[in-house]
Amino acid sequence: MEWDWDFVWQIMPTLIEGFKITLLATVLGAIVAAVLGLGIALARRSQITAVSRGVGFLAEFIRGTPLLVQLYFIFYVLPDIGIRLAPLVAGVIGIGLHYATYTAEVYRAGIENVPRGQWEAAKATNLTESQAWIHVILPQAIPPMIPALANYFIAMFKETPLLSAITVLELMNQAKSIANSNYRYIEPMTLVGAFFLVISLISVIGLRWLEERYARTDD
Amino acid sequence: MSVWSGYLTLILEGALVTIQLTMMGSALALVMAFIAGLARLSRFFAVRALATAYIEFFRGTSIFVQLFWVYFVLPFAGLTLTPLQAGVLALGLNVGAYGAEVVRGAVKAIGREQTEACIALNLTPYQRMRHIILPQALPLMLPTFCNNAIELLKGTAVVSLISLTDMTFQAQVVRAQTGNTLFPFATILILYFLMAWAISTAVRWLERRMTRGLDGMRA
Repeated sequence: MEWDWDFVWQIMPTLIEGFKITLLATVLGAIVAAVLGLGIALARRSQITAVSRGVGFLAEFIRGTPLLVQLYFIFYVLPDIGIRLAPLVAGVIGIGLHYATYTAEVYRAGIENVPRGQWEAAKATNLTESQAWIHVILPQAIPPMIPALANYFIAMFKETPLLSAITVLELMNQAKSIANSNYRYIEPMTLVGAFFLVISLISVIGLRWLEERYARTDD
Repeated sequence: MSVWSGYLTLILEGALVTIQLTMMGSALALVMAFIAGLARLSRFFAVRALATAYIEFFRGTSIFVQLFWVYFVLPFAGLTLTPLQAGVLALGLNVGAYGAEVVRGAVKAIGREQTEACIALNLTPYQRMRHIILPQALPLMLPTFCNNAIELLKGTAVVSLISLTDMTFQAQVVRAQTGNTLFPFATILILYFLMAWAISTAVRWLERRMTRGLDGMRA
């Protein structure tokens, strides 16, 4: 079978439709991962041992098991206990939760990198715990984390094809349905690969820029 | 109960396929990691460029896209693979690309003076790598290789989508036959977690063995 450019132009609009969903899932997933990751990182620092241990184990568990199976779990098991989610919502929760366990490690490292003296100074100037976090610790901890976080968001973007397994009509799923109805696999599959490769390579350039912009130079 | 033990046997059969895939994939990944990682440090531009192209290509798209490409597009190029071969090939090449960066980083982390001493002692480049650089670089690679192996294990779930009867595939079979969702998915999540735990325990043991006798040699 030969590469057919006419067919490529014919399927392009459908693929772009799918690509929009892919981007939407990535952005929403990134927001979930960024917020939930911070929550996990803070919970693991909790004074209450049950909370820190429990959340720690849960995060280890999520990180040690496949995202695909977690997506199935959310999509198939939760409806049995009365929680019925749309495929895209289930996908965003699944991918966001999975990557939250990774971003939590980034947050943890970033928070631990803030010198002890900052905490002591915050206490000495009579700031409350939450004031210390919001005005002293996080503003210093977050900028150095940005490149590492961005790295995980790129990884997340590349994992979104898995959402096709729970019937989200993103790029991969559109390509599969085109391929199945036309019996032509070469063009749709190669184009999906090309889409991801191009975006990934562009993001890597963006990442280098972020690293230069935010990487610590003082130590 | 006897009904469930039958389904459990089905899932355990899938677990064997998952273990087999993980081992064969890891073996291929290890070989690719060393070939590409050392090639990136080569004196020759062509060799370096080839290795960089391989690494960027496989890191730029996800395992899912690569697997589908290998399974559906390669047959048109006259290369028909069984699902198991396609799975091992895609997983090995994908994780190998990540491993290559680990190899490169670890080798570069060994001080220049080691290389200079080798030159002074008139060792050939092969002897230098085999007896001086690699024995010191290997322990540095192990923790990241451990993470990569766990990522590979998690990646094996994706092969269920090209109809290879791994653990995730069998769980879907059980779900389709019984209508029960919690039992199959909870079981395989626990099994995946146990496998990930086994990998990290094994690598930690290997790390202790390899660093034996290296104490005091590293700054």
